[in-house]
Amino acid sequence: MIALEIPADFDGWRNQAKQLWFAHRPPEQVSWGEASLFGDDIGEPTGQALEIRVPAAFAKLAETVFLHSDAGRLDLLYRLFWRLQSNRQLLEDATDVDVVQAGLLVKSVRRDIHKMRAFVRFKEMADDDGESHYVAWFEPDHNIVRANAGFFVRRFASMRWSILTPRLCIHWDGKTVHESPGIVKPADLHDDPAEDLWRSYYASIFNPARLKTKAMLKEMPQRYWKNMPEAQLIPELIAGAQAREAAMIAIGSAPDEASPADWPQLAEAINRCTRCPLYCNAAQAVHGEGPFDARLMIIGEQPGDNEDLAGRPFVGPAGQVLNEGLAQAGIDRKTAYLTNAVKHFKHERRGKVRLHQAPNAGEVDHCRWWLDAERKLVKPKLVLALGATAVRGLTGRTGSISKMRGQPIELPDGSQMIVTTHPSYILRVGDEQREKAMADFVADLKMVAGLLKQLGNPKP
Amino acid sequence: MALISLREKLEILADAAKYDASCASSGTSKRSSLGGQGIGSTEGMGICHAYTPDGRCISLLKILLTNHCIFDCHYCINRKSSNVRRAGFTAEEVVDLTLSFYRRNYIEGLFLSSGIRKSSNRTMEQMVEVARSLRQDHDFRGYIHLKTIPDADAELVAQAGLYADRLSINVELPTEAGLTRLAPDKDSGRIESAMANVKSSITDNLDARKKYKSAPRFAPGGQSTQMIVGADAASDSDIIGKASGLYDRHRLRRVYYSAFSPIPDASAVLPLQRPPLIREHRLYQSDWLMRFYGYSADEVKQATDPAGMLPLDIDPKLAWALNFREQFPVDVNRAPKEALLRVPGLGVRGVTMLLRARRQKRLRLEDVARITVSIEKLRPFIVTADWRPIRLSDQADLKSLFVRPKKTEQLELFAAI
Repeated sequence: MIALEIPADFDGWRNQAKQLWFAHRPPEQVSWGEASLFGDDIGEPTGQALEIRVPAAFAKLAETVFLHSDAGRLDLLYRLFWRLQSNRQLLEDATDVDVVQAGLLVKSVRRDIHKMRAFVRFKEMADDDGESHYVAWFEPDHNIVRANAGFFVRRFASMRWSILTPRLCIHWDGKTVHESPGIVKPADLHDDPAEDLWRSYYASIFNPARLKTKAMLKEMPQRYWKNMPEAQLIPELIAGAQAREAAMIAIGSAPDEASPADWPQLAEAINRCTRCPLYCNAAQAVHGEGPFDARLMIIGEQPGDNEDLAGRPFVGPAGQVLNEGLAQAGIDRKTAYLTNAVKHFKHERRGKVRLHQAPNAGEVDHCRWWLDAERKLVKPKLVLALGATAVRGLTGRTGSISKMRGQPIELPDGSQMIVTTHPSYILRVGDEQREKAMADFVADLKMVAGLLKQLGNPKP
Repeated sequence: MALISLREKLEILADAAKYDASCASSGTSKRSSLGGQGIGSTEGMGICHAYTPDGRCISLLKILLTNHCIFDCHYCINRKSSNVRRAGFTAEEVVDLTLSFYRRNYIEGLFLSSGIRKSSNRTMEQMVEVARSLRQDHDFRGYIHLKTIPDADAELVAQAGLYADRLSINVELPTEAGLTRLAPDKDSGRIESAMANVKSSITDNLDARKKYKSAPRFAPGGQSTQMIVGADAASDSDIIGKASGLYDRHRLRRVYYSAFSPIPDASAVLPLQRPPLIREHRLYQSDWLMRFYGYSADEVKQATDPAGMLPLDIDPKLAWALNFREQFPVDVNRAPKEALLRVPGLGVRGVTMLLRARRQKRLRLEDVARITVSIEKLRPFIVTADWRPIRLSDQADLKSLFVRPKKTEQLELFAAI
């Protein structure tokens, strides 16, 4: 039995294998290990003219297997080498026991190489000259560090970096790669401020609604975690996931209730509404008013300061403008049902003043439930939408007022929608535009009046 | 609005981006930073730099430029009517973040998407500016994936393709009806024509590069798309049909499936229940069957039940085999490659190995066992030199051999770490 020392590099092993072959030592008589300090003598060549024949694929395979940390890998390689001399097609037989074994070692080395490329984490440090130097600590399973240097050089060519490992350390100064012996983990690897940002990203990109820890562990086994800044978050992310998903669903779900059957029920339900947070700050909910068999429903945006206090729609300055417009168009306000797309006053307090704030689309959509319920009860033939919020409340979509005004638009329930500006717009615009804005507003209202005439006499 | 910190922006805009499934960074041209001014390389296979507990990999920094949006798609957390916090990066902030993460080896590059702010073109311009700055100002040679805006000008998309490795446009929902109901501002015609434009730009570019080696590359990583599964009524059959059509029409590299997951402040139109995650997995498996195993879309559909759904308890390849038992057993020593690829439990690699090995010798069951994970599952479907299944494939309860009883989750153990 010949016990041989494990050589420092692959070329060393290749020379040993050649000598063994020339000395005609079969694999059963050879073993590599740490047993002998200098290794046994291989012996003299037999003198026979022996030719060495190995396919190119073997050299490639052997080079990779050599990097594996398994003690028996060189014995396996020599066995394959020996068998190849009599069967050049051996490697083609993927079901052969030795070929399968070598394949497993190759796979494991390749995976380690890949995981090193993936999981090395550089920390930015400074050299004596003040330049950045990126330093990483990594613990590979196999002797892959040298073989992997090229990847990091190609990727980070313009940086100075060092990758420290227990097996071998490699350094790049922007021009050449240097090697130094493996070390124990240095204690002075401080935290890099970018790691905080990275952890924020890691926690945010994780979707708690789909927990698949097994899939994560398969690709990122726990032994890598200690050198990855983001991995310390994993236990808390998993622990909190179910609660976060439940919370997500709770925020989204509106109570599913039946539409109120009559107006008193509706008014009562609107008063109790907590579908969106607006109810917290308003004095009261303002529901619609007017005849329940009105042919015309007029829909505004939301109650203002005056309406919120009075509990009635269109009693403030914008209500005055609406009244004037209706009068000019010859429509009696008392014959119409007036309401708002949003039932609570949204505002911001500035000192003593409650400043109007436009409701956002989510609030409008929550409140659509009530507007739909009012339309189901009143069943108007004509709906006058004052401004974009009213349009959204009616259709669920937002559009341009200027494009939609001027002609009736049919709604899914068969009623006609006429779109015009909100009267508060007329109060807001500059003096020079006000007259025109009012004229346009009245023109729209006159169209409504015309349509009402076409519908014939009001119900007796 | 109060100023928010970079960290808060990152939290908001990464959170908003997590519903995009794709994180691929592979399949582009080979590049290295050697001889350049900056950093970055791509070498064919992409690298997953980390995995989150949802089992997804982090390969790219996946963020939105802004989550402000003028659209109102019901399934989307960023829709106009959603009450999520809004934020927006400047182009410079995205560039700095990308480089800072890349230098520390956290990522392979950037996957930039965006809500639509002001107009489609304005948004697309800013996304192109990020990619341009990375490539030109910083000589960044890592991976860039841009999610293009369907309505943006072709000119802007053409620019994007010169800087990006991959372009994608999401079809969002597998059926027209679903799109109309859940994404009222989007239009499948416009989405498809945008994909067709990208495809023709890629084809033209390949032609140009045949004539002039120096012609700049256009999106060398190709284009991909994503569909949401479980937000509308589409069956697996519908989805498979849609995906296959998209592969044919636009030569996509990938169609991604994203199981609809509940989002905060969801629209009332959406289901509150998520579809089982395994459904997404089965769809990916069916996708694999079409891309690597030579199944046509119609054949994959043959694995579905009468409602058009793939079975959740077994994979679609096994389901197909159980429906077509007369095609088995397959003789591993004689059968053509196409037939071997249909054997449940045999992968593309396994088949290649068998084809090579059988030139050397007559394969026995133990030989096949050495290159497969589970010979038990394979046995009913193959014939070897020393094995022939007896009546096994006629058994009515064949399926029960493959379905394991459900194991209980062991999360508690894990959480204690």
